[in-house]
Amino acid sequence: MSTTTPTAPADPERKAPAAKRTKVRPGDRIFSGAARGAGISLLAIMAAIAIFLVVKATDALSKNQGSFLTDQGWDPNAAKPAFGVVTLVFGTVVSATIAMLIAVPVAVGVALFITHYAPRRIAQTLGYIVDLLAAVPSVVYGLWGYIFLAPKLLGLHSWLSDYLGWIPLFDKEQAGVTARTLFTVGIVLAIMILPIIAAVTREVFLQVPRAHEEAALALGATRWEMIRMAVLPYGKPGMISASMLGLGRAVGETIAVAMVLSPSFDVSIHILDPGNNTIAANIANQFGESGEIGRGALIASGLVLFIMTLLVNGAARVVINRRKAFSGANS
Amino acid sequence: MTVLDTGDKRPGIGTDAVETGRAGLPDPRAASLTRRTLPRQVPWAIAGGGVLLTIVFKLTLDNWALAVFLGGLVFILTLSAVSWRFEDSRRARDRFATSLITTTFVLAVLPLISLLGYTIQRGADKLTPYFLSHSMRGVGARDDTGGVYHAIIGTLEQVGLAALIAVPIGLLTAIYLVEYGRGRLAKTVTFFVDVMTGLPSIVAGLFIYAFWIMMLGFEASGFAGSLALMILMLPTVVRSAEEMLKLVPNELREASLALGIPKWRTVLKVVLPTAFGGIVTGVMLSIARVIGETAPLLLLVGLTQSINTDPFSGWQSALPLYVFDQNHAGNQFAEERAWAAALTLIVIVMILNLAARLIARWKAPKAG
Repeated sequence: MSTTTPTAPADPERKAPAAKRTKVRPGDRIFSGAARGAGISLLAIMAAIAIFLVVKATDALSKNQGSFLTDQGWDPNAAKPAFGVVTLVFGTVVSATIAMLIAVPVAVGVALFITHYAPRRIAQTLGYIVDLLAAVPSVVYGLWGYIFLAPKLLGLHSWLSDYLGWIPLFDKEQAGVTARTLFTVGIVLAIMILPIIAAVTREVFLQVPRAHEEAALALGATRWEMIRMAVLPYGKPGMISASMLGLGRAVGETIAVAMVLSPSFDVSIHILDPGNNTIAANIANQFGESGEIGRGALIASGLVLFIMTLLVNGAARVVINRRKAFSGANS
Repeated sequence: MTVLDTGDKRPGIGTDAVETGRAGLPDPRAASLTRRTLPRQVPWAIAGGGVLLTIVFKLTLDNWALAVFLGGLVFILTLSAVSWRFEDSRRARDRFATSLITTTFVLAVLPLISLLGYTIQRGADKLTPYFLSHSMRGVGARDDTGGVYHAIIGTLEQVGLAALIAVPIGLLTAIYLVEYGRGRLAKTVTFFVDVMTGLPSIVAGLFIYAFWIMMLGFEASGFAGSLALMILMLPTVVRSAEEMLKLVPNELREASLALGIPKWRTVLKVVLPTAFGGIVTGVMLSIARVIGETAPLLLLVGLTQSINTDPFSGWQSALPLYVFDQNHAGNQFAEERAWAAALTLIVIVMILNLAARLIARWKAPKAG
């Protein structure tokens, strides 16, 4: 500190030549070039993903005898290959929707409990535990869902079909003995993405300025009113992006779905019956047994999945940016 | 700063305060502080009743989830009703929210505890040194032998190679974004890092399959798997490293530059060492995230039952793949092996996570 102050007056005179010299330094040029190159390589990877999926998908699609967008069957390895993606998209959307309906409110509740209700001393530990659970591999959720949870959910299946069977969604047509259904898949996915959403939401809630919370409490608000007025509005963009992260996981989840679901290839609105399929699980199930066209067809379905996640991400980003302008969060 | 903040928030709080002001005028509120508050013990007593009821439900229905659900419901409704009767409506609403959130937490933790507990219960017996040091070579459907050694080797090599590629690229990208990035290119990179975070792992696997195996004509191998894992690691590494580099105070950079040190040396010798702990934490968390990825490996590494230490040629196995495969095999011994391998995987992930947290805590003062 003391050595820099005396030289300060000389700085303005030296600045111009120094600036020129920095431009010539080869080390700087190499280093910044490498950094920029890394950034560009990342873009190149994304571009390559899109290009390769499109190219390989069009190969298979050109041989498709059926309609890719509306056919319900999946038979790309036959002499007359015919395959359609509608069942897969339906299953993916429905299972992800069930997962989100269960997981988002519960995860927000968990995050609120840890940040605002739990005693300070155990709150930190609970936070760590949620972070750890968010890292449990999905194959373990699949194993647990298939062996432990699915049999336990049979009762819930018959209860729902008994009392809510008049809703087509909960109408159970097959007197099934297995609970390897889209409904169970939705629940497993919900349990899987819950810690992820909760972990991110918790961090967002921790960032709410104390001044906002204390101002609300000082005005006589109860704890719930304080949360509604100060915490939730501030945390909304973060909650949305956390949910989107969870949705991305649920939509793209492969192995857990492949293990739990007993698939079929008709669109069935009866989610309590075995059947339906998701894009990712279908890829995992079919890949080993597929030939050239079959794999191309799977790549085409992967492209649909890719586009779906792009849309979800893009929508989330638009929402977050719009909210950001109002709430002043993330600043 | 604080003046600005309260200025921002005033409209929201102001309107809400008016609403609540109408519901309960100052006088009743003051009175409620002295007279109409439930004794401290009452919520706890009702909670205790809820727990007792839960146990009764559990004994009669033999289903933990349902029992906790019903017990929690009774707890929420009773507490809210009592509060509504003896306190004012605002307090009742607050009690309702508190009890609801607490019950939600308990309900949410239940399946997660069950997951961990059940995995430990099923896997612990089998998780022996023998299991960790033997492969599945020559193990038949009725043999209670075999282990996970080849899968551990595969996983370590695949993830290690993925990290070897992803960390330098990710770190350099983060440096670009924080230290150099201006204008459109930096914005595009930031956007696509976000997009990449949401990339489903199976799509990354399909891409590497289309590129590495279909176009370049390589065989399935451990390295093909690491390429896919690399793509999945990259955005996490960039994100965490970026956050950590942003935490480095600008004064440090300026001090170094003022001494005439070139920018690249400033970044390498001042900025990176300062953020080192945080970056290591981020890298370990990203490794923990990809170590359990199954989907891309299913397409890319083949699947073998014997030991293959060369990730560049021949098929390999991997821990998550092993779990999936053994579960698929569908006999009793295979199922036990699947649980033991799942437990191994969880233990590895937990160790990585805890190590990352410890490093973060140990290095925290310097990073600030």
